[in-house]
Amino acid sequence: MNQPEIDNVPSAVRLSPLGWLRKNLFNTWYNSLLTIGCFWIFYQILRNFLSWAFTNAKWAVVQANFRLFLVGRYPVSQSWRIWIVFGILAIMAGLSWAAIAHKLPSKLNRWLPWIWVIVFAIICWLIGGGSGLTPVSTNLWNGLLLTIFTTIISIGLSFPLGILLALGRQSTLPVVRWFSILYIEIIRGLPLIGILFMAQVMLPLVLPSEIRLDRVLRAIAGLVLFSAAYMAENVRGGLQAVPRGQVEAARSLGFNTLLILLFIVLPQALRAVIPAIVGQFIGLFKDTSLLSLFALVELTGISRSILAQPQFLGRYAEVYLFVGLIYWVFCYSMSLASRGLEKELDVGKT
Amino acid sequence: MRKWCLVLLTTLPVLFSLVACGGPPSSTPATSRLDTVKSRGKLICGVSGELPGFSFVSSDGKYAGLDVDVCRAIASAIFNNPDAVEFRNLNAKERFTAVQTGEVDILSRNTSWTLSRDTSVGLEFAPVMFYDGQAIMVKKDSGIKSLTDLKGKAICTQTGTTNEQNLGDQMRKLGIPYKPVVFEDINTTFATYAEGRCQGVTSDRSQLLSRRTTLPQPQNHLILDAVLSKEPLAPAVANGDSKWFDVVKWSIYTLINAEELGINSKNIAQFANSKDPEVTRFLGKEGNLGEGLGLPNDFAVRIIKNVGNYGEIYDRYLGPKTPFNLPRGQNNLWTKGGLQYSPPFR
Repeated sequence: MNQPEIDNVPSAVRLSPLGWLRKNLFNTWYNSLLTIGCFWIFYQILRNFLSWAFTNAKWAVVQANFRLFLVGRYPVSQSWRIWIVFGILAIMAGLSWAAIAHKLPSKLNRWLPWIWVIVFAIICWLIGGGSGLTPVSTNLWNGLLLTIFTTIISIGLSFPLGILLALGRQSTLPVVRWFSILYIEIIRGLPLIGILFMAQVMLPLVLPSEIRLDRVLRAIAGLVLFSAAYMAENVRGGLQAVPRGQVEAARSLGFNTLLILLFIVLPQALRAVIPAIVGQFIGLFKDTSLLSLFALVELTGISRSILAQPQFLGRYAEVYLFVGLIYWVFCYSMSLASRGLEKELDVGKT
Repeated sequence: MRKWCLVLLTTLPVLFSLVACGGPPSSTPATSRLDTVKSRGKLICGVSGELPGFSFVSSDGKYAGLDVDVCRAIASAIFNNPDAVEFRNLNAKERFTAVQTGEVDILSRNTSWTLSRDTSVGLEFAPVMFYDGQAIMVKKDSGIKSLTDLKGKAICTQTGTTNEQNLGDQMRKLGIPYKPVVFEDINTTFATYAEGRCQGVTSDRSQLLSRRTTLPQPQNHLILDAVLSKEPLAPAVANGDSKWFDVVKWSIYTLINAEELGINSKNIAQFANSKDPEVTRFLGKEGNLGEGLGLPNDFAVRIIKNVGNYGEIYDRYLGPKTPFNLPRGQNNLWTKGGLQYSPPFR
């Protein structure tokens, strides 16, 4: 009775597994009922799924077409180029991570963005060929390769475009401001599928017949235009979160507008909206599956082609589960990376 | 801020004007597409890419199917190389634009030949490669044998397609009341039929056959003989280029004529010394039929050697050895009661 309550706390924390079950899942009769009911449903679903996956499902469709899923019709003799590209990407990702964690010499740190630009050009050359390498036309870039390629380029282009639009929306020049607002609001009011349709079907009709834009290029243009509008709104949220005093302080120190923007406003603004931006990148990655409706043979597109193979007719469940797993792996690693980035940059602690 | 604004002011409008400006596509090509294809060194062929039996990507990464082999035949005639083709997947909406703008040389994407497509869409249809038609599939044990047996029954179909419209037209004409059950998605349509919530399901005959193989017990389902609509599937090229159109047309007739003469990819060597004037003309030993087309005189030999004749192609993708096992029916030669007929090669 007289004992202080504090003494009870540790014993409550260190519950035995059985005690934990009792406290959390079976503490009242209706909770027990709910628990049992949920477990039963869960068990049934899992059992049926597993019995399907191990007995009914014919995974041969995935096995036989594994290469198609990954790189599609990319020539077998040239696959080594893809491997090199993945190697380079892995190294660059590692370098960038080290740079963010401030573990790189500052000289290298400063050059990193330019290294990325150069590496990107090399990657395009490795995949596409030309000047020494066998050229591989874009209609052979299929499967996961095309999905990742379109995503990376779309992210790389829509990010700066989005920042420019966000700055434009806050500009004091009316022409720039109204243009940015008009652009953002029009694009945000249109469904992505509509924009892609315009890019794929309408664009060739209005362009003069001498200009033939590549299909992949047209798709990327659609994705970039769409994603930039959303990016702009995300960045604007960050810009508004930067206190006015920061700008005024910088100005009183004699910074000019560009320097204030580059060193004071943008770093704080972008840091504040990392979760929103990464969320958008994940969305963009998944949105590339819409390109399959325009007969671009990315991951979803190649799945539809594979499903038309006479020996694998009707294997929808297996193929779509496998493709879904690939999408999930990439999206989840992106969100893991973003969580790590937030931790490294101490987002939310300022 | 001002510098940034300047950059913005200059770049964005330039980007947009790039997208927005430009005149109408030029309609009259100065040179024939045949010359364009020859100088390019390969044919660009628009296909569906996801249609069982007609066009798909096989496990080794190669396009295959009935629609695909049309393009391989034309490439054989021009380059003596069936692989000198670049395939473009096209969806149902963009297929016509792709032909009009010249993005593809030929559209071989199970497209029904209709008057409006021939005229207002601006296409020129080559000979029919596959005579399809809308049909109805029912369960064998349901006792349904004809359209009249479907009185008051539920029929599954896909919304927004000509299938839905044709079904309505035909049943109204015959005065048979029925319950249409429509779905947006083709997969749901057939799944609902498989569950037994519809007594019948309607779609194109070729589609029904390929779908039947995916049902749990394919042998328990029957496709009624009644044809609800005509769907002649033919390759198409752009209007106003008769030289190119001739090449496409006669490449397809070559496939049909070869079957009629009994020449296929395996026995073609035996015909090399044939005395039959019809055969020697056809294979380019005599006369100069190829010249008129802008092709070498042995173009038929090239096609047959590389791709085979019509019967071989049909059997390869739709015949008894495939899961579809689709009887030739209207797609048989005219001499065997079908509709496939080639004008004479002379």
